[in-house]
Amino acid sequence: MHSEEQPPFEAPWQAQAFALAVHLNERGAFTWSEWAEALGAQRRRSGEAGIADRPEQYYLDWLQALEYLLIQRDPATADELRAFREAWVAAYEATPHGHPVQLDKGFEVLAQPE
Amino acid sequence: MGDDHHHHDHSHVPPEPALRVQALESLLTRKGLVDPGALEAIIETYSNEVGPRNGARVVAHSWVDPDYRQWLLDDATAAIAHLGYQGRQGEHMVALENTDQVHNLVVCTLCSCYPWTVLGIPPTWYKSEAYRARAVREPRAVLEEFGVHLDDNTEVRLWDSTAEIRYLVIPQRPAGTEGWSEEALADLVTRDSMVGAGVARRPDDVGGAA
Repeated sequence: MHSEEQPPFEAPWQAQAFALAVHLNERGAFTWSEWAEALGAQRRRSGEAGIADRPEQYYLDWLQALEYLLIQRDPATADELRAFREAWVAAYEATPHGHPVQLDKGFEVLAQPE
Repeated sequence: MGDDHHHHDHSHVPPEPALRVQALESLLTRKGLVDPGALEAIIETYSNEVGPRNGARVVAHSWVDPDYRQWLLDDATAAIAHLGYQGRQGEHMVALENTDQVHNLVVCTLCSCYPWTVLGIPPTWYKSEAYRARAVREPRAVLEEFGVHLDDNTEVRLWDSTAEIRYLVIPQRPAGTEGWSEEALADLVTRDSMVGAGVARRPDDVGGAA
């Protein structure tokens, strides 16, 4: 349960989510107290919902809290986040393996009539 | 969604949380709110540079220099910054001295507030609901599980970290380390001991004198 050395992140997305919160705080998008409140509230909700507290759950809660705070604070809307996520999926699906995946390709694909 | 054009050799679509992070990052980058280079630098720093070795150097210095120890106890933020470790979130640091009479243990009951500057990213157990709840309810039992066996007369003090105040525990210097170099002493200072969930290693644990 408590080994001395653990890698700080289990997956690259966890490191990215972590860095986004630190960076947005430094850029003044929210104070660190506001962030701690949002993260604490999300951790509590997951606990109350009976979701198992696996190590990954911490960063899932982190991500959820970040999305929530940014939507609440206006830098992002839920629709925008959905649209960008869809565009990324489309971009991955339209890009041959081994080629760089570009977001605009995804938007192009989505804009095409069926 | 585009099933007619399905390619079997297309790029691997990342798992759901990775897609959400990518959506967030690309959206905010296009809005000019995020600098991808700065994100890289933050990841690099916390993956490789910032970790419990920083705190161990602070503790080891406080063991050999009584004036520094007093400064650390009086104004931890300044004393720690003096060694080159500065917080990113403007947090206030407080150093807590473990003695034969008092054992300090740190928790964050709200989420996972932790002194990153000196200890890096918190370990999984510190973030777990089990630790956050039990450290408050039964700190002695939790300490036993961490292998910290306290005298019945030793008082346990529990400190709840916040976004504004982060704690660094100064573990007791082990016996038999007189005359050791700071560097050798720092090797005795474990991450857990600086949260209070452990004690410093003894000379025997690291193969005798340094």
